[in-house]
Amino acid sequence: MIATLPDAETVLGRLADKMRDAIAFDAKLVGIYSGGAWLAERLARMLPGDHPVGYIDVSFYRDDYAERGLRPNPATTALPFEVGASRIVLIDDVLYTGRSVRAAINELFDYGRPQAIELAVLIDRGGRELPIEATYVGERLAVARDASIVLERRADGKLELTLEDAQDTSRA
Amino acid sequence: MHNPQLNAEGELTHLLTLEGLPPEVIGRILDTAVPFVSIAEREVKKVPLLRGKTVFNLFFESSTRTRTTFEIAAKRLSADVINLNIGVSSTSKGETLLDTIDNLAAMNADMFVVRHAESGAPHLIAQHLSASGKSHIHVVNAGDGRHGHPTQGLLDLFTIRHYKRDFRALAVAIVGDVLHSRVARSLIHGLTTLGTAEVRVIGPKTLLPTAVESLGVRVFHRMQEGLDGCDVVVMLRLQNERMRGSLLPSAGEYFKHYGLTPEKLRLAKPDAIVMHPGPMNRGVEIDSAVADGSHSVILPQVTFGIAVRMAVMSIVAGN
Repeated sequence: MIATLPDAETVLGRLADKMRDAIAFDAKLVGIYSGGAWLAERLARMLPGDHPVGYIDVSFYRDDYAERGLRPNPATTALPFEVGASRIVLIDDVLYTGRSVRAAINELFDYGRPQAIELAVLIDRGGRELPIEATYVGERLAVARDASIVLERRADGKLELTLEDAQDTSRA
Repeated sequence: MHNPQLNAEGELTHLLTLEGLPPEVIGRILDTAVPFVSIAEREVKKVPLLRGKTVFNLFFESSTRTRTTFEIAAKRLSADVINLNIGVSSTSKGETLLDTIDNLAAMNADMFVVRHAESGAPHLIAQHLSASGKSHIHVVNAGDGRHGHPTQGLLDLFTIRHYKRDFRALAVAIVGDVLHSRVARSLIHGLTTLGTAEVRVIGPKTLLPTAVESLGVRVFHRMQEGLDGCDVVVMLRLQNERMRGSLLPSAGEYFKHYGLTPEKLRLAKPDAIVMHPGPMNRGVEIDSAVADGSHSVILPQVTFGIAVRMAVMSIVAGN
């Protein structure tokens, strides 16, 4: 298990390098709120080509609604382009169980039939509960099951990873 | 005192009234409704939250618009919806209200949306479900007697917040038949809970409840004074049946004094919005030039009403 977390800005640079020559020139970047949304905005500026940014909030598609109810203050999903026939890169901060990504893919299909969906994540911490893998990974980390990695955005816009003890490990 | 709408954790499990509902609960419903508005613009106008749940619309009193918007809201949440117009079925055969509820609970209902002519009927149903060990069934009040119409109050609050943002800086005037209006009662409770700077009611003495000031409103009997400088004008429907009694001389006389015309609207702020819960009586409480004019947000109210009802149903069904 790790003692310190890597610098988020360095990992973001590495993720952008992996995506640079691989993603379609017109791929749409769809960030999953909230960490993935910040990453999508940053990546759109870092990557060559024209990459419109969309945002997705998976609150209405989560599979734990029956047990936990609706989460407070859901954000509005905003996809300012045709999803049908688009090449989409879903972007999230931490890939863990894969449940958020499952929910996001389901929501995307309620907007249309994408031509392709790829997945880019800053951190892959293992622990998958669904058969989902990322196409582009910034860094792979091993973290205790009861800890959660949280991406934060500082006042100056820089991104930062923090480790929190959490009962709730089901979010990522 | 225990609030029967909230569970042991203080979460909303039924929506019976806006009276006594904490501001953070109202705020959460309004916040949750925001992302539901855009669902209507998508290719698939549905989210899967209530998939596999059965919602009964129990309308003991007829209503087309409210029932339709609740039905659309439940369907956009992927619930199965059964509409029962009970005024013309079971009760006419002598079945009691609670027997009807027990029978529908035995059909594995998950939620009752209740409209009833008697004040307190949804409350009675929620209590009965709790006492008979069926507290997993949720109750949403769709209008009870003169008491309340909480989802209408919430959609009015949502509309006001959408156009005007901060309640603490607003003067809101509610005009007309406040006495018989459950819409007005719910809206007044909601507005005062959210700290609205000034809530006014305007109407003839015969159509205002006695001691209406105790609800925290300023009372006006003349439009010229009541509309002066207000940000929001909420026109109430004048129910035609009131004309037959001794409360009003005639529809024409009422329109002359309390009908909202472009001239009277000029007393309000230049950017004031005009609302109406519908259905409208054009030429009785509102002039067509106002109803169809640039200040009117009457049709957005209908659209927002679906999103607000989706928010209410998805919050209570999850608690």
